[in-house]
Amino acid sequence: MFLQQIINGLTVGGVYALIALGYTLVYGILELINFAHGEIYMIGAYLGIIFLGIFTASGLTQYSLFLSLSLTVIMSVIVCSAYGFTVEKLAYKPLRNAPRLNPLISAIGVSIFLQNYVMLTQGATDKVFPHVIPVTIIKFYNVTMTTLQIFIIIVSFFLMAGLHLFIMKTKTGKAMRAVAQDKVMASLLGINIDRIISVTFIIGSGLAAVAGLMVAMYYGLVNYSIGYMAGIKAFTAAVLGGIGSIPGAMIGGLVLGLIESLGASYLSSEYKDAYAFIILILILLVKPTGLLGKSEGQKP
Amino acid sequence: MKKILFMFWLSLLSMPFTGIKGGAYLFGGILVSYGVYFLLANIYGRTKIPSVPVNTGLLMIALIIFSLLLPLFLSDYYTDVAVLAGIYIILALGVNVVLGSTGLLHLGFAAFYGIGAYSNALLTTNFGLGFWSALPLTLVITSAAGLLLSFPALRLRGDYLAIVTLGFGEIIRLVLNNWDSVTRGPNGISNVPSPFIMGFEVGSLMYFYYLVLGFVLLAAFIVNRVHRSRTGRAWLSIREDETAAEAMGVNTRKYKFMALTFGAFWAGLAGALFASKMHFVSPESFTFMESVFVVCMIILGGLGSIPGVLLGSLILVLLPELLREFQLYRMLALGVGLVLMMIFRPQGLIKIS
Repeated sequence: MFLQQIINGLTVGGVYALIALGYTLVYGILELINFAHGEIYMIGAYLGIIFLGIFTASGLTQYSLFLSLSLTVIMSVIVCSAYGFTVEKLAYKPLRNAPRLNPLISAIGVSIFLQNYVMLTQGATDKVFPHVIPVTIIKFYNVTMTTLQIFIIIVSFFLMAGLHLFIMKTKTGKAMRAVAQDKVMASLLGINIDRIISVTFIIGSGLAAVAGLMVAMYYGLVNYSIGYMAGIKAFTAAVLGGIGSIPGAMIGGLVLGLIESLGASYLSSEYKDAYAFIILILILLVKPTGLLGKSEGQKP
Repeated sequence: MKKILFMFWLSLLSMPFTGIKGGAYLFGGILVSYGVYFLLANIYGRTKIPSVPVNTGLLMIALIIFSLLLPLFLSDYYTDVAVLAGIYIILALGVNVVLGSTGLLHLGFAAFYGIGAYSNALLTTNFGLGFWSALPLTLVITSAAGLLLSFPALRLRGDYLAIVTLGFGEIIRLVLNNWDSVTRGPNGISNVPSPFIMGFEVGSLMYFYYLVLGFVLLAAFIVNRVHRSRTGRAWLSIREDETAAEAMGVNTRKYKFMALTFGAFWAGLAGALFASKMHFVSPESFTFMESVFVVCMIILGGLGSIPGVLLGSLILVLLPELLREFQLYRMLALGVGLVLMMIFRPQGLIKIS
């Protein structure tokens, strides 16, 4: 029972961690809670269903499942990143020097817009993920898990490691760290800030798209309103780990997933969604910098 | 050319969701509306929307007389809408104290609204109290909830405060939804009685309109007086620059406490009125969207200005009723409106001097 919940928690936690990375990357650079990030994740899930539907209708899935799935992933990530990129250009860039409240409200506006846009174009009912992926159930002592769960856990860890390498080893990653530390200084040293911010949004949205796709596969159902709750929980995960810190977001996501699934099975499943908020409030009270965050002092 | 390419990009992005035809329509739509905007901008020049100077005294008297006579000309349906607008105005006045005057982005006001409504509903249905005897208790409970939340909230700034208040709102909604033995869960509480005034039931819509109008006037008057007091100035100084305010000797902790409690107080009143008007409360009425909706009213009207709050609430309640055919697009427009507002006119329609 305990081990079972650990597996479930890791699956959900991996997804939270992927979304939380998007929050933490953007917050690290712009100090903006990108409220629309949850919606980007929801759009990723929808794109997965739409593209897989197109490929299935055109016969590609029947021809080669692997090809069709990989194309779905690639297309969803590209289009979802394009959404993230466009949202930044339209709604956040004009507000870069405005008081901090303004971009936050703008982000809430984007979130409302995207939610209703998907509802209007795709309908308010649940969308079903096509049943094309064969899922085998693995029994291990008294723990049951599906191949899909293992796949989700592996992919999340793989992407997290990849992102970590990207930030630490590549030139763009270095530039991202520099911009996060000091925007003015970075621009004086010849870093194109606008480009780095765009790259950040593209990476964050791409990760969210993968998370959305995996959730769509895992639960099999997608609704236009899933982005809100997932977004808030992922943000909690980012704060839990220390917002702005990339390893923090990964650990925060996994810990939150574990707490949720353990809490749901041992305490009460009705209040499952409340745990994230209670943890959030407690953390901000006790250790506002999170598990791995550094104290930045008070900013003007 | 760059702009046309950008429009093309937008319609391309929408294609997975709208289909190829829908994307093409969207492209045409954006192109035409941009053309219209371009023409208008060229004809009228780049005039900025003027900040309306408001002669408050005279305008207020005219408005009060107008609103006193209003229900005589309105159908039942529109009286109903007007009552709802009044309740939202009281709620928005409360949020305005916190967001507009003190500059704390509070995204959990639906919680206080809900606590007010549920307290009223529970006190009147379970304990047999009347509206008027339940009201002071309701207000005390809501203000206490406001005070309770201000303990964590006071330690946080800016974005973190927004998220914590949002979390608080969600926790309250989840509790209302799941605490079946008291709140009856998603079914809600029905048969909330109407208020009585001197043994006379305020049952019909028109009487309820006058009751709400009275409360709106009272709330506007009190909030206005507090705004002009030492406390109000302290709130404004916190909004403008918290560090500077603290350096000038403003006890920021104390004044933030006061703002959050005072705001919750009005939300509680609005909730109580809502419960006794609808005769029914359920958790669905107190979602995050409700909090955002009220924040929108204040931003639309102008942060910190009381005429702005009135205008913003009236526009956001009345417009959807007048444009019923476009109801589906209401939230879509609200989202776009928020973004545009922040980019082009962050100070709102009515700017305070």
